[in-house]
Amino acid sequence: MKWNKKDLLDLESLSAEEMNMILDTAKSFREVLNRPIKKVPILRGKTIVNMFFEPSTRTSASFDMAAKRLMADTVNISPKTSAVQKGETLLDTARNLEAMKIDLVVMRHSSSGAPHFLASRIKAGVINAGDGQHAHPTQGLLDMFTIKEKRGGFEGLKVLIVGDVTHSRVARSNINGLLKLGAQVSVCGPSTLIPIGIEQLGVKVYYNLDEAIPQADVINVLRLQLERQKKGLLPSLREYSLHFCLDKERMAKAKGDVTIMHPGPMNRGIEIDPDVADGERSVILDQVTNGVAVRMAVLYLLSGGDAPLAEAIKKEA
Amino acid sequence: MSKSTIQNPQSRIHLKGGRVIDPQNHRDEVLDILIEEGRITGIGAKMDNARAEVIDIKGQYVFPGLVDMHVHLREPGREDEETIASGSRAAAAGGFTAIACMPNTQPVIDSQGLVQFIKSRQIPECRVYPVGAVTKGSLGEELAEIGDMYQSGIVGISDDGKPVTNSNLMRRALDYCRMFDIPVISHCEDKFLSADGAMNEGALATKLGLRGIPNAAEAAMAARDVMLADLTGGRVHIAHVSCAETVDIIRRAKRAGIKVTAETCPQYFILSQEAVIGYDSMMRVNPPLRSKADVMTIIDALKDGTIDCIATDHAPHSSEEKEVEFDQAPCGMLGLETSLGLCWTHLVERNILTVSQLVEKMAVNPARILKIQNSIEPEAQANLTIFDPLSEWEVDPSKFRSKSRNTPFKGCKIKGKAVMTIVDGHLIKI
Ligand SMILES: [Zn+2]
Ligand SMILES: [Zn+2]
Repeated sequence: MKWNKKDLLDLESLSAEEMNMILDTAKSFREVLNRPIKKVPILRGKTIVNMFFEPSTRTSASFDMAAKRLMADTVNISPKTSAVQKGETLLDTARNLEAMKIDLVVMRHSSSGAPHFLASRIKAGVINAGDGQHAHPTQGLLDMFTIKEKRGGFEGLKVLIVGDVTHSRVARSNINGLLKLGAQVSVCGPSTLIPIGIEQLGVKVYYNLDEAIPQADVINVLRLQLERQKKGLLPSLREYSLHFCLDKERMAKAKGDVTIMHPGPMNRGIEIDPDVADGERSVILDQVTNGVAVRMAVLYLLSGGDAPLAEAIKKEA
Repeated sequence: MSKSTIQNPQSRIHLKGGRVIDPQNHRDEVLDILIEEGRITGIGAKMDNARAEVIDIKGQYVFPGLVDMHVHLREPGREDEETIASGSRAAAAGGFTAIACMPNTQPVIDSQGLVQFIKSRQIPECRVYPVGAVTKGSLGEELAEIGDMYQSGIVGISDDGKPVTNSNLMRRALDYCRMFDIPVISHCEDKFLSADGAMNEGALATKLGLRGIPNAAEAAMAARDVMLADLTGGRVHIAHVSCAETVDIIRRAKRAGIKVTAETCPQYFILSQEAVIGYDSMMRVNPPLRSKADVMTIIDALKDGTIDCIATDHAPHSSEEKEVEFDQAPCGMLGLETSLGLCWTHLVERNILTVSQLVEKMAVNPARILKIQNSIEPEAQANLTIFDPLSEWEVDPSKFRSKSRNTPFKGCKIKGKAVMTIVDGHLIKI
């Protein structure tokens, strides 16, 4: 199979085959990351623009590192983002990028669909690094990579996503990807943070975490945006953590081999207890490492992947 | 569409052999119409007047002039998007002989001087009827000088673009308007419920990651307004009805004898929320495009008369402002130049409405609600729309007479087109 998509905008538009191709490719790159010299000259001469309209340290660092490991040239831009400030429009940005003849754009944006807007207007590939509350495909893929690494596969696997599902693009990409590869997905959170119609995406909904935990093979705890309380979605953070914090007592109800994940950054003590986050079931740091490998795979495939992978990664810098 | 031409109203026009549809007089027959000095002077089979210019319109329809009771002309303030003149030309191109323009311009039309300004900018292509603001500056705090504006020619009041949030003020507006027998045109939206929503609430919004606006944001306000109309005896007109719950409220209110009328727009019975997939900002409107079930209910409500009128909510926006991220784009789409063709194609060709019913929705009822003279009878001012049901065309925004281009119907194939209008006796060839 050959990769033939220009962009990576969401997981909904990928087939199971395409997702598996990314995961397999990432596996080869994961090995490169264990070498003493962690660089391969696969994207030498390619230019990648990281454009983060919304602040993000982790994802932008992960993409930047992935590009550097493949020896691409990277440019990092963080445009001013205030909706009030009318500076350069996204259309102007697209025109400028087009004129600069770059190869790939990695974009994060607070508006859902913004990467779709850009992708339809430029020839370069566009990688969505998170758009509004819509999608975060590379996070979804790195979560899937980590699950596959720890659990062997997806068929029949029960994944529980806990927290603010309404505002979470991570949750949406996890749901899209995992369902397509054969896992069962449930979500759990306060009813004000579970979006309307989520069942129609094929997931089961729980409002009681103690009921949801025992079935789960994997628990993915989402970050709670602390301002949700002010917006009237939660009575208090205290009440949230009483009902939805993954703590030691709740962990006692989980399967013995349960896998605990979190996309970071964590609010320790609110959505996850420090002991659980740092405990033996946690794979949170593996997620971070795997993130680089998955992003290397995506950059490689989207930039043409002209060098056969096995040969390409044999070469060292 | 080519440039329109206007002929002198002093001339005599003999419309020969058109099929005249006049629901007010239960008329649907092939007749000649004679127009002299701006007025209809004769209607009948095979008329003769040697001095008149004969226009053969065999195979074409003659409608009472179409009235769009809900348009935004952007003048004063945003003349780059639309002006009274460009909007009037767009209206004429779409077959309208009269339009009512909403007051949410910059400044807001909330005083006699501004009403007169609108009227002074009229051009012969289309009659323009200003709607005045309900409250000063449409700020929702104090009533505007409604009586004074009425004397200058407003046909209704509205803070369109926003709801009148204060229920007591809405009550006073409805009460006050009884003196002039003009409607309060209500933009029904509970702003707390619609919050910062970008599309219809539901599974699709969840999937697309766009914030949702529930039907209740519209229906809750419509319910309040019909209750206040009942309380005061005032006339409320519900603008741009988009969802089933609002239809239900209007239907029940009408049965109870409350003075309520309602309009919907082509987008709410042709498009559904699925059009938002792909994030094309042309599909961003307020109220949002709703579910397929809502669309079916709107169609039923047009059929059974619960919804009286088809307006367009013609909302011009510049390309710079519209071609941005979906949730940052301004709401609204153009309507004047596509409405009649779309309605014909989607409602008449599909046997949802009869020709007569369509004419009621687009000419008779809006004129009645706004008390605009608009009938086909001897001595009446000649305001007519001549329609060719066989003309096939494709929507091409680059040819629009509107100053803006924001239509979601670009490239759509349409059957049926107005070929000329007569406005107070002026013949306008489209
Ligand atoms: Zn409105
Ligand atoms: Zn409007």
